Amino acid sequence: MTLTSASDAAVAEKFAAIPAMLDRTPALIARGGWLDCECLLGPVDHPFHISIRRGAIVDMTPAPVLMRSWRFAYRASPVAWAEYWQPMPRPGWHDLLALTKRKQATLEGDLHPFMTHLQYFKDLLALPRAHGRETA
Amino acid sequence: MNGAIEPMVGRYVHVDIGGEDHRIYFEESGAGIPLVCLHTAGSDARQWRHLLSDAELTRHFRIIAFDMPWHGKSNPPESWDGEEYRLTTARYTETILAFCRALKLEKPVVMGCSIGGRIVLNLAIEQPREFRALIGLEAADFQAPWYDTSWLNRPDVHGGEVCAALVSGLIAPQSPKGPRAETLWCYKQGGPGIFKGDLYFYRVDGDLRGRIEGIDTTACPLYLLTGEYDFSCTPEDTVRTAAAIKGAHVTTMAQLGHFPMSENPAQFRTYIAPILNQIRLDQIRKHSKSDSKSDKQGVTS
Repeated sequence: MTLTSASDAAVAEKFAAIPAMLDRTPALIARGGWLDCECLLGPVDHPFHISIRRGAIVDMTPAPVLMRSWRFAYRASPVAWAEYWQPMPRPGWHDLLALTKRKQATLEGDLHPFMTHLQYFKDLLALPRAHGRETA
Repeated sequence: MNGAIEPMVGRYVHVDIGGEDHRIYFEESGAGIPLVCLHTAGSDARQWRHLLSDAELTRHFRIIAFDMPWHGKSNPPESWDGEEYRLTTARYTETILAFCRALKLEKPVVMGCSIGGRIVLNLAIEQPREFRALIGLEAADFQAPWYDTSWLNRPDVHGGEVCAALVSGLIAPQSPKGPRAETLWCYKQGGPGIFKGDLYFYRVDGDLRGRIEGIDTTACPLYLLTGEYDFSCTPEDTVRTAAAIKGAHVTTMAQLGHFPMSENPAQFRTYIAPILNQIRLDQIRKHSKSDSKSDKQGVTS
């Protein structure tokens, strides 16, 4: 995905591949071994409900889902995701909290699962970056 | 590599800070101009190990890095009863001055990173004539907060994990895997609440806006260097700070983040070696000027 083609649809396509990428990364699943969580992740307007059990993604469904709850949400602009997933991201676009600081992403809800597994979520959401390197 | 022994030596020095004895751990290497290095918040002097092992730089500089009290191998003082640790501007300044006095350092260069960079600005404000030159890495008079520090010390969040995970994003993506992991390891090993307590200085007590304009760089040269990937103290924060200080030198370092000396020592060296060389040449020029002045005085007297 190029930066100019960054759209909700392009980001959604990348997001849809994350569970399979995680399955191929057992060390990351192991680091999330104590994590059970419902969260909302993705582009601002079209995020996904994601269910995590013992570090693995067991369900991923596009929002909205009627009366489905979540503990925390991390949503970013399509451009932010495209920048974050660059093989060598630019300064200020290279970290989830750099994106919130520059107001390209929002973090909402009960942040406890996010903060207890902060590196897990950083690495989980960076999987398309690593995947891009593998296929480059 | 097997059997190779690194050149730095670690020792303890007893330092009177605030009227109380503190057992301070420091490592040093080299001979010449004293260069005191200050670590970042929540870490320790191991961050400077590559500089301490630099054969070229230690030919001209006596490089010294110490663990602040409550950090690394410098324990809290005996009087500490477990109350919340909070670093203040006054206490930090006093600690640095007391350490330099305890080692009888004559006009050292001080180089600090992050909180160490901020306190370097305060040294430039309050005590410029005590120092030969001051170097602030990732330094600014103030920077906007980007997370709530209460997450750093609470019983239901692993302090080491969250501290390391927070600062991991401040490391440039180009930094090698080994130095990156080592930089984060120091954060995983910090004492409970110590990173948070250091940030009390950074976030609350050490706001230097409105004070830096009075810095006299003719009394003590000031160098400010910030990595382009540091989104905590951004290059813009440092450039803004430098613009308010007449004569301050400012550099934005490519492919580096908030921990230049430990996250990518080779890349950092390309920026710091010329500055240290400049400080050394200034010293030689100053001495040769004062020598020729005393020679002239000798002729006329």
